Amino acid sequence: MVGFGIFSAIVLTVLIYPLFIDDPPLGIISRGTFLAPGIYVNVYDSVNFTPRYTLIEDEAAARRINSQLKPEDRVAMQEWLVGAGVPEAEINTEDTAALLDLWHSRFDPTVRIPGMTNADRNYYIRLTASLDGLLAAEGAIVAAPNETTGALEQRGLIEQTDYVNIGEVPNFRILPLGTDNFGRDVLTELVSATGVSLTIGFVAGIVATTIGLLLGLFSGYMGGLIDDIIVFITNLFTVIPSFVLLILISFSIGQEQRGPVTIAIVIGLTSWVWTARAVRGQVISLRNRDHVNLSKLSGHSVLYILAMDILPYIASYVVMALILQISSGILAEAGLSILGLGPRTTEVPTLGLMMNWSMIYQAHILGKWWAYFPVILTIALITFSMNLMNTGLDRVFNPTLRG
Amino acid sequence: MSSKSDSVILSGKGVTKIFGFGAHKTVAVDHVDFSFKQGEIISIVGESGSGKTTLAKMLLGLISLTEGEIYFEGKLRDIRSHKQKREYWKNIQAIFQDPFSSYNIFRKIDAVLLDCIRMRSGRKLSYDESLEMMREACRFVNLKFDELTNKYPFELSGGQQQRLMIARIFLLKPKILLADEPTSMIDACSRATILDMLMDLRSEIGMTPIFITHDIGLAYYVSDSVYIMEHGRFVESGSADEVILHPKEAYTRRLLSDVPKLHEEWDLSTV
Amino acid sequence: MARVVLQVNELTTRYITRFRENIYAVDHVSLKVEEGKSLGIAGESGCGKSTLALSLMGYYFAPLHYTSGEIIINDHNITGMDPDEVRKTILGTEISYIPQAAMNALNPTRRVINFIEDVIQAHLPEVSKKEIYELARERFELLGLPAEVLQKYPVELSGGMKQRTVIATSVILSPKVLVADEPSSALDVTSQKMVIKMVMDLMDKGIVKALVFITHELPLLYNVTDDIMVMYAGQVVEKGTAEEMVFDPIHPYTRALMGSIIVPESGLRNVKLTAIPGTPPNLKNPPSGCRFAERCKYVRPECRVTTVNLNEIGNGRAYRCIIPEEDLRRMYKSEQQK
Repeated sequence: MVGFGIFSAIVLTVLIYPLFIDDPPLGIISRGTFLAPGIYVNVYDSVNFTPRYTLIEDEAAARRINSQLKPEDRVAMQEWLVGAGVPEAEINTEDTAALLDLWHSRFDPTVRIPGMTNADRNYYIRLTASLDGLLAAEGAIVAAPNETTGALEQRGLIEQTDYVNIGEVPNFRILPLGTDNFGRDVLTELVSATGVSLTIGFVAGIVATTIGLLLGLFSGYMGGLIDDIIVFITNLFTVIPSFVLLILISFSIGQEQRGPVTIAIVIGLTSWVWTARAVRGQVISLRNRDHVNLSKLSGHSVLYILAMDILPYIASYVVMALILQISSGILAEAGLSILGLGPRTTEVPTLGLMMNWSMIYQAHILGKWWAYFPVILTIALITFSMNLMNTGLDRVFNPTLRG
Repeated sequence: MSSKSDSVILSGKGVTKIFGFGAHKTVAVDHVDFSFKQGEIISIVGESGSGKTTLAKMLLGLISLTEGEIYFEGKLRDIRSHKQKREYWKNIQAIFQDPFSSYNIFRKIDAVLLDCIRMRSGRKLSYDESLEMMREACRFVNLKFDELTNKYPFELSGGQQQRLMIARIFLLKPKILLADEPTSMIDACSRATILDMLMDLRSEIGMTPIFITHDIGLAYYVSDSVYIMEHGRFVESGSADEVILHPKEAYTRRLLSDVPKLHEEWDLSTV
Repeated sequence: MARVVLQVNELTTRYITRFRENIYAVDHVSLKVEEGKSLGIAGESGCGKSTLALSLMGYYFAPLHYTSGEIIINDHNITGMDPDEVRKTILGTEISYIPQAAMNALNPTRRVINFIEDVIQAHLPEVSKKEIYELARERFELLGLPAEVLQKYPVELSGGMKQRTVIATSVILSPKVLVADEPSSALDVTSQKMVIKMVMDLMDKGIVKALVFITHELPLLYNVTDDIMVMYAGQVVEKGTAEEMVFDPIHPYTRALMGSIIVPESGLRNVKLTAIPGTPPNLKNPPSGCRFAERCKYVRPECRVTTVNLNEIGNGRAYRCIIPEEDLRRMYKSEQQK
């Protein structure tokens, strides 16, 4: 039941989300890559058009300072100063004003301190730039050029105590998962990609399982020549690596034809082998059972026996196979996408494509976890919930367990 | 116990079944001849591996013969097409050893019985008529249909399931019944019930029962003729009294001495 | 009077189902086995004989629980003993139990001798492997099993051979009592004979002093055991010597059971076997009064309401019925004459 809950939650999200947020999933919404998750507020609007309110916050100034000048930064500054010859006793990292004074008077980017790398030097330069105006007590001035003279004149003043109500800002954007390397909203992309991947997985899974089931049933039950032929075909497909086959077929279809459903069918056509083998084995062990013999003696046709006496006994097994095929279908598509042989990248994203992009653009190296972690989590949740459902379905498939 | 006629209902000449080929071939049934009269009660006695189950399946038409012929009611049996098989199976049915595995676990008792009615009479009967037939069949085996309806076979005890099997045969009314170890999985005290029912069924519908068993005592109690099978061949055959009380072959004698008796000393030294 | 090796007094054990119901599978059962004697326990499936066998060891696994009564094995009173203590001091050394398909106890990936080593070392850790091998070889040869068997894997042995190996191993420490639950039922006729011969050898050669043999096959009991006890729905309904029970039963159930015996002997073909209609009662709600009343041919109205106790009539004979012995015998005789 838990599995069913998780799975329906995923499906519902996929279906309902687009009703609320109808942006195209591949629409680029930002310039610049990998924006972190957060709420993005339009600064222009907040400055110009939004009513401002004064809130008195004692800690406001301290927080501002600490966000720019973290404890690690203070320690780094102390190190530099010590390296530049300032006696340690004179440096007080707690006293921000004194520290900054000291820093401004002594910092020289050209001074070489032994043990300092280029990266460190750049860091210090950046730090200095960011500290500008940190301790200012006045507000910021908004200026605009005068229409006649062209000189800048003050139009407004932003006090340090001015706040705006985010609800009154006409433009803001909540990006719970930030943006990816192209500048697309990851959450919207993810929802859409989940839907596409699920579709691909289902189609591939159903195609593969159907082929495997039918071939397995007939070859297992009939035996003889039919069995030999089907086993031969199965062995053929085993020997040829399915992934290579997938690549070849995908390549020959050509970019234009490769929609997600086409890819799904292709994946299905190359991955039925395992199911066929497994079903055949099960059927062979079932075909000599007493109830099958009695069914034959009652004059039932082969199709009837397959459908009523054999299929229900292997149903649980087949559904398990289906679930595995669905998960591996999703992953096979991801593999194809990495090689650029997956579905067209301009129309819809898939979970595989998203993983692919984040890998190519080094999201994991850059620490931009939102570009790959939610994708992995989604794939895991899908497979996990389906497996839980399969266990729960045991009672449906085996009436002797129901009592 | 003898309502048998003199007409031969099932006979065979040189019936053979070989599995595999070359170095790995096994001769399961080796050139067996037999002749069963209608109404006669026959037992085929053998240990496991004697080929009796393979012979049973050939008699039933479930597996093909490698060599030899089988004659049904005097005519050569030809059951190559599915249609011919269906016709043949209106005349011969089976009961198997394990009542639990004889039923499809997904079908309820009603469906099981209805299936048998349909095989016999097609779909011509109305629902009420079918219901009455099912009730009658259950009454014959001392089960109450109203208690069984809507249940699954596995909810019954082993003895009840085996009786339900007999109810099926009551509905199917075959001329020959092949019973493969019908009581070996039933308690000793319930065996008599099953055997009595099978004998009643025989008088009721004029059926020829063929018992396949390893229990020579059972064969003696119930049959007119006994065939002793070893390694695929009939080593001895004849009336029950002849074979059991005056056995000629060493194998038969060994089989008899291996069974504990009440009025004779059980000689354990001949192990 | 010979020494009593196994004594059970009013033993009651129950199963606790997952709905917390109590099913008293063994209901106030008493029995006594003297040194050098064997007791057979018979009854249909579900009567409690297998549960009784398990209960005799004093080693209970949930859902089986001990309720009341006494068990005394070779003068050790094991009632209420801690299961671990039972395992260490009683099992294997005083009493040993063979379940139905005992041959399945053999680990298919290890040789027979390893199996025996496990058993012996569990009780006597100091014994060396060489000594174990010697003991095993000696014992096996005594019982008619060739010594090569020790080095074989179970898959190389036939069913009968495996069963005999496990039986021989379970008594390798010479326990006083052997409890065998259907030791030969899963085998073909010839192997059965070999297994029974071995069990009887164990008694004859003094390796075990007392035997409890459980089966539903009555001709077997008649040929193997001295006394027979018949159980029905968890209770003892009759006990006596094998000869008395088979040829002169008192209780209607015993009589019906004996009437359903099938043996390949002359005269059998003319006898009508008795068939007992109905099924045993559900032990979740045992009926008040006699438990066999529903299926009894001689049932009287009192049978269904009076609690029926075991009637001891001397010489170890007892039966559980409110109808007096003479009346029953009279009814049986008049039936036979019909």
